[in-house]
Amino acid sequence: MEADLIFDDDAIGYSFAYLDEMTKRMIRRAILKAVAVPGYQVPFGSREMPLPPGWGTGGLQVTASILGRDDVLKVIDQGADDTTNAISIRQFFAKVADVVTTERTGEATIIQTRHRIPERALTEDQIIVFQVPNPEPLRRFIPEEAVARKIHAFGRYGVMYVRLYEDISRLGYVAMSADYPVIVNGRYLASPSPIPKFDNPKLHRSRALAIFGAGRERRIHAIPPFTDVNSLDFVDHPFTVQHFETCCSVCGAQDSYLDEILLDDRGTRAFVCSDTAYCAEQRDKRIDA
Amino acid sequence: MKPRGREVLRVKRLFKTFGSVPACRAVSFSLRQGEVLGIVGESGSGKSTLLRCLAGRIQPDDGTVLIASDDYVVDLWAMDEASREQFVPTTVSLIHQNPRDGLRLEISAGGNIAEPLMAAGGRHYGSLRATALEWLEKVDIDGRRIDDLPEVFSGGMQQRLQIARGLATHPRLVLMDEPTGGLDVSVQAKLLDLLRSLVLELGIAVVVVTHDIGVARLLADRLMVMQRGRVIEEGLTDQVLDDPHHPYTQLLVSSVLHV
Ligand SMILES: Nc1ncnc2c1ncn2[C@@H]1O[C@H](COP(=O)(O)OP(=O)(O)OP(=O)(O)O)[C@@H](O)[C@H]1O
Ligand SMILES: [Mg+2]
Repeated sequence: MEADLIFDDDAIGYSFAYLDEMTKRMIRRAILKAVAVPGYQVPFGSREMPLPPGWGTGGLQVTASILGRDDVLKVIDQGADDTTNAISIRQFFAKVADVVTTERTGEATIIQTRHRIPERALTEDQIIVFQVPNPEPLRRFIPEEAVARKIHAFGRYGVMYVRLYEDISRLGYVAMSADYPVIVNGRYLASPSPIPKFDNPKLHRSRALAIFGAGRERRIHAIPPFTDVNSLDFVDHPFTVQHFETCCSVCGAQDSYLDEILLDDRGTRAFVCSDTAYCAEQRDKRIDA
Repeated sequence: MKPRGREVLRVKRLFKTFGSVPACRAVSFSLRQGEVLGIVGESGSGKSTLLRCLAGRIQPDDGTVLIASDDYVVDLWAMDEASREQFVPTTVSLIHQNPRDGLRLEISAGGNIAEPLMAAGGRHYGSLRATALEWLEKVDIDGRRIDDLPEVFSGGMQQRLQIARGLATHPRLVLMDEPTGGLDVSVQAKLLDLLRSLVLELGIAVVVVTHDIGVARLLADRLMVMQRGRVIEEGLTDQVLDDPHHPYTQLLVSSVLHV
């Protein structure tokens, strides 16, 4: 991934992977710090990207900074490789970095994602980059940035449990189904980005490095490989993930996160895998068998 | 006189000035477990400032605040901020005159009691819930109101809820700033009874600031009179009230109508 360092910028006149080398260095430094202090939000000097903030500029900058010429890039949005956002980010990097892109999770060395973690378990050769709209899980309760920073510094996260308490006493369960806050490495409270809580357990002791980039908020946080990631819960109300009554109507998978889709204008509905690459893989397996 | 426990709080020559206004001047006193110290004094004499210095909220310009915990003594303003933030919530509780300053109005009554417990590490919903119910009962609030927002409570109920929230963590030191101010007389009387029985039951050390000589007489074992930031008179409550020495105290006592 350091191949870009010897890339001859001047000869071509453009920087490899869009960002100039100084910017990439600055972002890499932030990433290294984030890896060294798991779950801690490291500020970085977010740059203008050819994409409006809120469309993944944080993830884009992280990817641009770690991308090398040998990397194979996969980009997903809500689990799918074929949505507008995913396609345009993939095309962007194919153009500015000339990297190979793929839709197959197993082939990718870097996966940039919005709102999902692939179903297929990631490996130690892979890095997953998240697009993060709001990296501060305390924001909902503590609007003042300075106060939130102190709460992180002192590790006093009792206020987060108020939300759990209130939900359980009113509804009998915790109502947060996405962006469900986690404690990383037994220390920092962090947002896993708006992934469904179904994906939270995949972060726990994951083999792949996870990097979270928030462009608008100018923060990067990370979860190094094999790090403990625990979703907030009570001893007597343990964290649980979504459970689906049905299986994927396309590939038959019973272990994947399903999206409900409308099939026609008469309200006929079906459940399909949100991870399109996984769905295709399962379908192929079924056909082979 | 009731038996006294060991020393919980010792304040030595505490100073705090706001600009040119001296709010506390050389305030010294100590307090034992199970003891209630009343602080009376005119408006602006530095009572609230003193409490906030003891609660870790504002840093005094000079002087020391020593607080004994189970097996060690901390120098509140000599420790670093992180340790202080760790120490204070589990040891000291500040009850405000206006319950709205001490409660979170947007969360339920039960959540208000549970929050400091969760901040202290409580991670068992069932026992948090049970503690909340137990404390609602102690402060005479119907357990069925546990999921109601304090917003819909009367002023007296809000104050009792604030007291439940403040005491449920078993602090060793409780600081009350005019806990019965702003309530009507009959509600005040009930609240005073409640406070008195809780103090007796829990054996906590209490500093209670009040304008009201009647409140002081009912609650406080000892009394400290403040004027312009100084402690001008101190002693057993009955002694101070029945035989005041300082002219200001004499004025204060004589201004109360005897019935
Ligand atoms: N944050 C502050 N900034 C400036 N001056 C302050 C501040 N807090 C208190 N003071 C001043 O310090 C003095 C003591 O105030 P304090 O609130 O401690 O008095 P008090 O005895 O509690 O009065 P009251 O009985 O009216 O509540 C007053 O002159 C007040 O104006
Ligand atoms: Mg005051």
